[in-house]
Amino acid sequence: MIPDDEALVHEGIEAATARPGRVRLIACGALAREILALIRLNGWEHLELSCLPALLHNRPDRIPEAVRMRIHAARAEGVARIFVVYADCGTGGLLDTVCAEEGVERVPGPHCYAFFDGLETFDARAGDEIGAFYLTDFLARQFDALVWRGLGLDRHPELREAYFGHYDRVVHLAQTEDPALTAAARAAAERLGLAFERRFTGYGDLAAALAGLRPG
Amino acid sequence: MADDDEIILSELPDDELVAQMHDDLYDGLKEEIEEGVNILLERGWEPYRVLTEALVAGMKIVGDDFRDGILFVPEVLLAANAMKAGMAILKPLLAETGAPRVGKMVVGTVKGDIHDIGKNLVGMMMEGAGFEIVDLGINNPVENYLETAKKEEADIIGMSALLTTTMPYMKVVIDTMIEQGIREDYIVLVGGAPLNEDFARAIGADAYCRDAAVAVETAKELMARKHNLLAAAAKG
Repeated sequence: MIPDDEALVHEGIEAATARPGRVRLIACGALAREILALIRLNGWEHLELSCLPALLHNRPDRIPEAVRMRIHAARAEGVARIFVVYADCGTGGLLDTVCAEEGVERVPGPHCYAFFDGLETFDARAGDEIGAFYLTDFLARQFDALVWRGLGLDRHPELREAYFGHYDRVVHLAQTEDPALTAAARAAAERLGLAFERRFTGYGDLAAALAGLRPG
Repeated sequence: MADDDEIILSELPDDELVAQMHDDLYDGLKEEIEEGVNILLERGWEPYRVLTEALVAGMKIVGDDFRDGILFVPEVLLAANAMKAGMAILKPLLAETGAPRVGKMVVGTVKGDIHDIGKNLVGMMMEGAGFEIVDLGINNPVENYLETAKKEEADIIGMSALLTTTMPYMKVVIDTMIEQGIREDYIVLVGGAPLNEDFARAIGADAYCRDAAVAVETAKELMARKHNLLAAAAKG
């Protein structure tokens, strides 16, 4: 079942009760749909998903300890194998510290949009796309909640310049071929007064990272 | 903190007016702040006193509540805009009346990074605390920092980054300073959402500043230490 986006933004989702041999994925709510799609497409029944609220991205300093709590909760359930599906996500290495302390691994990369794009490709393009504001499918769908309302632009549109004055474009890194999402991303760019580009990425390096997880 | 009853700022005694200005700053009410600043000046307040007691003290409350998760970025930005409006009135007067100058800082966002909200807040609060600010803007290569710091005879170099991918550039700047033998000529402060104290220590900065208020306190402390060292060296 695909979880409700509102829940993914504000509450996250808990995994079903752990079953022996399975790998618990502790992930950002912004990645839930994509992870579930990959599990479904590949028949990875040994993977089970627990998500933290995507809204944590607006306070990344809180991500590492929130992940640690989910790790402890999973261990208390008897989960043997855990994998963190967060990039560094603005934690400045603190998420890596938590992962090292807890003896778990995470998907590599600085941001989710970087591993969707492919880490090498993303790095290579960084200089040319300094003014790019990236939207994934999730962010395109949840632009209003996470960006527009999340940054207070619904109440104070005059702050747009302070937030986005140095950006020159929105780049939609699309995980799926979905004209409705493309339209939503384009509308987001218009609201921000920025040019729009779309690049289909599929699931990028996320698929490879999850494919490497074998049943415990 | 807003009150629905109409408050006539000019009818408030000084202490209540200042308290009301703190509330207005908290609520991001730019015009009210401008009005309050003008009233205090008309009542004979020194511009520096208006700045510190009405604006900086009010902004400190905003900063504390942001740190504690009570206020969020939009509210802080609105408060900063209101403070900026008040400072625009005071700035020319401060120059005329010879307000204390604590030190000079060159500040900018590092190469590859275009985010400047935090850097702007730091610049504004530092200015409010009596520092002279040379703002380099965004996307600065190492030479921007070092050439400007030399030209301006700055005391402090401040670097900001929002991205995990751009924060390592701060080390490039510090390593270049070491190579050029000028590292000890400047206090180096770093800040930005993904940074932390461990990172600042690892790259050889003098301090990590979690927010604008911490930046001000840290800068004052390190400037005092620098002056003490210079004084001791002169005596020795």
